[in-house]
Amino acid sequence: MIQQLSVFLQNEPGKLAAITTALAEGGIDLRALSIADTTDFGILRMLVSDAAKARAILEQKRYSASVTAVTIVAVPDVPGGLAGVLTILAGAGVDIEYMYSLIGRGEDRAYMVFRATDGAKLLETLAANGIATVSNEELGIR
Amino acid sequence: MEHYYQREIETAPREQIRALQNERLLATVRRVYERVPLYRGRMQAAGVTPDDIQSVDDLKKLPFTYKQDLRDTYPYGMFAVPMKDVVRLHASSGTTGKQIVVGYTANDMEVWSDCCARSIVAAGGSAEDIVHVSYGYGLFTGGLGMDAASKKVGAATIPVSSGNTQRQITILKDFRSTILCSTPSYALHLAEALRESGASKKDLSLKAGIFGAEPWTNEMRRELEEQLGLKAFDIYGLTEIIGPGVAFECGEQTGMHVNEDHFLIEIIDPDTGEVLPEGTQGEIVFSCITKEAFPILRYRTRDIGLITRKPCPCGRTLVKMTKPRGRTDDMLIIRGVNVFPSQIETVLLEQGYTANYRIIVDRSQNLDSVDVEVEIGSELPSDTVKGLDRQEKALEEALRSLLGISAKVKLLEPNTIERSQGKAVRVVDKRKLLD
Repeated sequence: MIQQLSVFLQNEPGKLAAITTALAEGGIDLRALSIADTTDFGILRMLVSDAAKARAILEQKRYSASVTAVTIVAVPDVPGGLAGVLTILAGAGVDIEYMYSLIGRGEDRAYMVFRATDGAKLLETLAANGIATVSNEELGIR
Repeated sequence: MEHYYQREIETAPREQIRALQNERLLATVRRVYERVPLYRGRMQAAGVTPDDIQSVDDLKKLPFTYKQDLRDTYPYGMFAVPMKDVVRLHASSGTTGKQIVVGYTANDMEVWSDCCARSIVAAGGSAEDIVHVSYGYGLFTGGLGMDAASKKVGAATIPVSSGNTQRQITILKDFRSTILCSTPSYALHLAEALRESGASKKDLSLKAGIFGAEPWTNEMRRELEEQLGLKAFDIYGLTEIIGPGVAFECGEQTGMHVNEDHFLIEIIDPDTGEVLPEGTQGEIVFSCITKEAFPILRYRTRDIGLITRKPCPCGRTLVKMTKPRGRTDDMLIIRGVNVFPSQIETVLLEQGYTANYRIIVDRSQNLDSVDVEVEIGSELPSDTVKGLDRQEKALEEALRSLLGISAKVKLLEPNTIERSQGKAVRVVDKRKLLD
């Protein structure tokens, strides 16, 4: 499991710039990023080089944030690769809350961030089906 | 051990207080009848002469005084002494209309600082303390009122006044202030700024806070106590009566003792004007019985509260009033349901939200709508849209079931609602613009 940082965003111009600038000033490297948005607010989710440090920086800057455990799945980088993984997970009854892709990838694998309602069950199902996950060491993050 | 500033009067037997009140009320009624044309006219119109007022029981025969009366007699029409005896003028902010001016004689200034000094001592203050006054200094009574009281107690007084939050934090830390006097909303703002600066309550020396000048809830009290590491005391007052110090809280934190040797309190039905019995909620009415320059009688405060004469474990015999639940003119009527902003605040804090919120009332097609905007805390409760929607719905449901109003809740980022340096603005009523 990997620590992901989530930040609450009001839909206002310049918010994203302010957050990424604050993290950059703290020497935080971004590895993956996705935004979920509604009419009222957005949720910025990131994999960063140091989640705890980034969390502290954002707290100081008065953002509402949390750290959530996610799983990085190495998906075969071929047509139908993701569909195959998702079909297996659906068959096992793993409920995916959200997913997004990672910047950079392995040789013949695309990296995807998965968040499931039941993280343990996700890991079990992946292992049982020989689908590899990626550790923080491999991504160079803590 | 309980400390008193003026033990003799603060713990006097009821009969003794009563006798003092009778004597003082009679003298005041006689004086205003002679010297204030508005009172003479009103009493004559009501067929009442000073001789009809023989004791506090006769107070109800006197006509009420309204804020409008003070505006109509602006600036000095209600003064009962010549200007040569007036040593100080203060004025209300005038946010709800024309400002009003009040005057003090040298003796009034003494009474005032005594009343506020009772509050500081009840909060555990003494000459050992360092009192940090963050109320505005100037025409507003808060700053100079607490300043004079702190001096009377013999404490080291820091006249910080309001504003410049960063500097306030530095002073709180470096000067090792032990008692903070401010509005509760500004105290909360100071707590936030403290956190933001990377410091915590451990860096402060505060032991007590004396908070007033706006309504606040017990939930907010707990927040302030937790975040600033102090015991929070309420203080009540209004410019028209004297400023802060009309009533003050003791260590029991179950209501405020009214300084009844100077001010008489009544609770009335705001619609009929009838005096209500102890324990019944209604509009708070005050009469000044020692004020020389600006002695107003039966003043309609428009604050809603109740009084209790149950003996207080602190030993004070002065009657207690509850925290005002709100003002008759703050009360929101939402589709026929009466709601005070303080009730909404209570629900927010109980549900784990901050006291940084805004209530926006609007009307479209003759239907009232309420939006409650509230800042979420630094820990995001969920990182999914579904989860946050659920949070908003849960709060809407709590407001509906507890207060009977249907409000739309909107979560905001921390620190997005403008912080006030003085009295917080919680309600934006857009309906008023339509009148």
